[in-house]
Amino acid sequence: MDLSGANLPLDSFEELAIPLFDQLYNFAHWLTQNREEAEDLVQETYVKALKGFSSFQLGTNFRAWIYRILRNTFLTSRKGLKVTMTVPLDLDEDEEGLEPAIEHDTPETLLLARSSHESLQSAIDELPVHFREILLLCEVEEMSYQEISDTLAVPIGTVMSRLSRARQTLRSRLRSNLQQGAGLRIARGTNHGL
Amino acid sequence: MVCESWKAQLDTYLDGELPQEELRTFDSHVRNCPSCSADALSRVQLKRAIHMAGKRFTPSAEFRKRMQQNMAPKPRRSFRLGWMLAAATAVLLVVGTLTSIYLGNRSGRDQVFSEIADLHVATLASSSPVDVISTDRHTVKPWFQGRIPFAFNLPELQNSDFSLLGGRMTYLEQTPGAHLIYDARKHHISVFVFQELSLPSKLSDNALQPGKLSFNMETWSKGGLRYFVIGDASAADIDSLAKLFKAAS
Repeated sequence: MDLSGANLPLDSFEELAIPLFDQLYNFAHWLTQNREEAEDLVQETYVKALKGFSSFQLGTNFRAWIYRILRNTFLTSRKGLKVTMTVPLDLDEDEEGLEPAIEHDTPETLLLARSSHESLQSAIDELPVHFREILLLCEVEEMSYQEISDTLAVPIGTVMSRLSRARQTLRSRLRSNLQQGAGLRIARGTNHGL
Repeated sequence: MVCESWKAQLDTYLDGELPQEELRTFDSHVRNCPSCSADALSRVQLKRAIHMAGKRFTPSAEFRKRMQQNMAPKPRRSFRLGWMLAAATAVLLVVGTLTSIYLGNRSGRDQVFSEIADLHVATLASSSPVDVISTDRHTVKPWFQGRIPFAFNLPELQNSDFSLLGGRMTYLEQTPGAHLIYDARKHHISVFVFQELSLPSKLSDNALQPGKLSFNMETWSKGGLRYFVIGDASAADIDSLAKLFKAAS
């Protein structure tokens, strides 16, 4: 049986790609932070995926394959180019060999976990895109490290260290937002007292 | 610090990525260590919260419908430009795919031409087809500096039928290049420029119809760069623009 993509029927593409439409759109919107750009990105991803489907090997990971197309398409878009120009080029080299960050602030982490839905979304939104994407692939798409490695085209070691940094940065932003919120409440309280 | 080495692996453990042989030992430690179990609990809560917060955006009904129509094998006819382009894309893709299924593996050369046609159509179907919007070649050309690993010349268009609309960066088989869009009597023409050596397929200089899909295309190599001019304009217009580029390079 020929498992190469050369003779894959169009139905196979639809069966594999259509169920991922909502997830791809969600990921695209998080990347672009804009509805119209997300729609363009998803549309272009499907065009490229359909075009390249003949080279897709059945039995390999379609989800990682199409997410990789989406991400590469984003990185060559206007916004993606801006992002790549602001992210250090030696990012992965910096991360190689780093031990995952150790958190010593369990009670605070517990508090952070109780942050409101909206404040968490804002904190994710504020993350640099390379942290945002890996966090979403792991926590929202529930991809394995291997799938993330395939999607981002980086070694598993880099996946682990980048993920660790992404979580650390998110916690730090949540902590900072909570402290700012507490500061505002105290300030308001003081004013009321006056 | 308490349990430093354990906590360093806590995220890997909670992500279900710890090797099987370490899992039992780790499990046992977390269950018996109040500090690690409290930390694990808080991290699980954060993971759940991110999972919920991350499912934030849903496609609009209009976009969903548009995509379904694009994916449908039978193209719909519409009088609005956007819909016409979308339908053209669908036809192109379906015909392209069926052709490839029928013919089996296509040669690398055909694949490159087909990909160029797809890039042209997909870009025109986009709501923001160009990243640098300018009719001035002295604005568009410098925009590519630092974005692509080569430089190229843009032709002077005075007294010609062509006007420059803008440009964008593009990729062909993982090779970065420039994509310029020109207008010629209401027809949009794409000009692609790539480094010849970076392209995986050996191409000959030709005027042709890629995949016989109603586009005219001309391609040539000069100064180590490979040029493609493609559009639904007449073969004469494609040739005229190609000549202007050949003269400028």
